[in-house]
Amino acid sequence: MSTPAASDAPSQTQTEWDAPLRVGGHTLTSRLIVGTGRYETMEEMRQSLDQSGATCVTVAVRRERLYAPSGENILDFLDLDRYTLLPNTAGCFNAVDAVRAARLGREILTTLGNPGANWVKLEVLGDSKTLLPDPVETLAACRELVADGFSVLCYTSDDPVIARRLKELGAASVMPAGSPIGSGQGLLNPNNLRIILEYLKQDDPHYPVIVDAGVGTASDVSEAFELGADGVLLNTAIAHARDPVLMASAMKHAAIAGRQAYLAGRIPKRLYGTASSPVEGVISTRPYGAASRSTEK
Amino acid sequence: MITVTLNGNPVELEQPLSIRDLLESVQVPPDYLAVEINAEVVPRAEHPTHLVHDGDVVEVVTLVGGG
Repeated sequence: MSTPAASDAPSQTQTEWDAPLRVGGHTLTSRLIVGTGRYETMEEMRQSLDQSGATCVTVAVRRERLYAPSGENILDFLDLDRYTLLPNTAGCFNAVDAVRAARLGREILTTLGNPGANWVKLEVLGDSKTLLPDPVETLAACRELVADGFSVLCYTSDDPVIARRLKELGAASVMPAGSPIGSGQGLLNPNNLRIILEYLKQDDPHYPVIVDAGVGTASDVSEAFELGADGVLLNTAIAHARDPVLMASAMKHAAIAGRQAYLAGRIPKRLYGTASSPVEGVISTRPYGAASRSTEK
Repeated sequence: MITVTLNGNPVELEQPLSIRDLLESVQVPPDYLAVEINAEVVPRAEHPTHLVHDGDVVEVVTLVGGG
């Protein structure tokens, strides 16, 4: 790891104030995991990944356009010494296809010698309109991939019951959605995310829970970390921002801000104000009596 | 002649071919590819010797951008 300038230390490395994220046998120094899809150009993607500070990026498995004059391949734009690839099973709507996609991704990463060969982001969707996960197929695929030796990072809805089932099946991380994939709606049900965090971390405080999907902007990332999420995975919020490279930087700082705020511990919410400046010695008079905070006319 | 299905399209071959020979004219570096025959991954080390037979369903995949 490089030694950053002192003033910029927290944005470069977490080690001084936070432990790295350990998930699926990997140690990630950035708690932000970013996707590589939907960028205008490969160069824009490359710069955005750089600015996000992520050390882990997701990729998808697709048919090669055989014998066509070959276009760019994403692998020519990803520094494999810098990024751990996390292959996904995106586009799969049943367990059988998802398991096949996972094994094909593992085969490519094994050939490339990338450390990401042993893990997968499992995503099995119910339909192509909502892109909501199919819980039945997701459970079946998770079971099979765990048996096949994969570290399974499992995309799921924000349903705490399914989340608990996936952990029981041996998922290396449960990754609840904030809102539908690519919707940019942020965290629609923070209460469910709170319950998932409580359930999964009970007696197992280091179990990694990663909020995956739905992020629209930087504050959504901060909110997820403030709730206690261990990581956030996002793609479209950067790739489709007006300025993806700048948004990637915003996401990096939002992740740091949210995580630091979580570790620092927020103050409780109170109904009434509490003065920051001393009450003693003020030169002014008060319009209402000390005991008249509430309903006095 | 034999017919295999290659990435969803029927392809006629003179005779059974090894995976390596089948992919000889593909532009992408072979390291970027994984091959599945009849829904089973064929490890890269077996590409020179594993033959594609009549009726086989062959998928050749690579990595693309995704989230």
